[in-house]
Amino acid sequence: MRYSVQIEETGEVYACTEQQSLLWGLAQLGRKGIPLGCRGGGCGVCKVAITQGDYQTGPMSAAHVTPEERQSGVVLACRCYPRGDLSLRVLGKMQRTVCAPGGGDAAKASEQHQPAVQ
Amino acid sequence: MAMTGVLRPGHVQMRVLDLEESIHFYTNVLGLIETGRDSQGRVYFKAWDERDHNSVLIRQADTAGLDFVGFKVDSVATLDQLEADLKAYGVMTERIPAGEMLETGDRVRFLLPTGHTFELYAEKTDIGNGQPYVNPEAWIPAAEHGIAPVRFDHLLCYGPDIEKAQAILQDVLGFYLVEHIELEDGSGDLAIWLSTSIKAHDIAFVRHPEPGKLHHVSFLLDSWEKVLRAADLMSINRVSIDIGPTRHGVTRGTTIYAFDPSGNRFETFCGGYQSYPDGKPIKWTMGDVGRGIFYHDRALNDTFLSVVT
Repeated sequence: MRYSVQIEETGEVYACTEQQSLLWGLAQLGRKGIPLGCRGGGCGVCKVAITQGDYQTGPMSAAHVTPEERQSGVVLACRCYPRGDLSLRVLGKMQRTVCAPGGGDAAKASEQHQPAVQ
Repeated sequence: MAMTGVLRPGHVQMRVLDLEESIHFYTNVLGLIETGRDSQGRVYFKAWDERDHNSVLIRQADTAGLDFVGFKVDSVATLDQLEADLKAYGVMTERIPAGEMLETGDRVRFLLPTGHTFELYAEKTDIGNGQPYVNPEAWIPAAEHGIAPVRFDHLLCYGPDIEKAQAILQDVLGFYLVEHIELEDGSGDLAIWLSTSIKAHDIAFVRHPEPGKLHHVSFLLDSWEKVLRAADLMSINRVSIDIGPTRHGVTRGTTIYAFDPSGNRFETFCGGYQSYPDGKPIKWTMGDVGRGIFYHDRALNDTFLSVVT
């Protein structure tokens, strides 16, 4: 099955199959600068809130998603698989890239002017 | 004999989110050999050419990351001496009795200022590398099962106060600085590579606001060709690759960064130069940091400073 996933902030819609994680589907948009992170539920970079639709999850770090958050639909996109059409908001470190006006290129350009270490 | 005191990193314990998935990964994809399980649910592994009973331990947890790293010292007398030296330096230590970890003697544990739990131990049972100590062959079939690194080699830790960790490791434990990346304002280092042997690094640190974070655990391969073979095996097994195959400017090792199923980054690498304690440390500036970390891309990737467990 193939489902559509909407990014609420930008209105963009991408396709994702049952076997693909929401992060994998997002990466297939081909947008520059989407930090794929660890893709194993450990690093927390791809945190999103599912606002609508059914999904299944795999194991993910409680350091990044608390049980309460998980109850309310917050997940790591790399360990979340659609079971219907979905709508999501971006919460993690990739928010700046995914939601930047003009997409990833603009975010990447602005990133280069920031110090490497905070 | 020149190499005394602290010899090498001998074990790491890591947290994984799904034990079964991780056992499959460490056994069949990375190609380590399982050597035991204990009553705490920990699973023990070693690389094929390592002789001591274990070098990598995993346990199921609700977060990923590093529990601790242990360095082997040359004798029980050295362990006792270094424990006293650490206390005299003002470092609080704790003794973990022999047997708490399978086939491993007493461990002296302390917390580095970077938030990493660091251990010293002198004894771990020699179970051999599958070869006799008299008239061995060059390698065994396990050397071709999965990526099959030769050994656990080093690790890169992220945390604050790296200069304080450096002071303890240098002043008390005899490590020396091999390379470093200096911060733009000259106030200190962004990153340091420390050796306790003739390896270009036994442990490295990057300055980072959150304490106790793991960037990667590294495994040694024999050749650049085996690094390329590792990359093929990662694709065959759908392992998430962070970057590579490429080369580091720092240490000059050829490398791949990738992630275990829980998002703990690991490295499979080859080469790099050999260092000696009398060598002058190599300095990298922030203006050339990209070339220092990834020699061919000449730029840091999006994940180098941000993705840790």
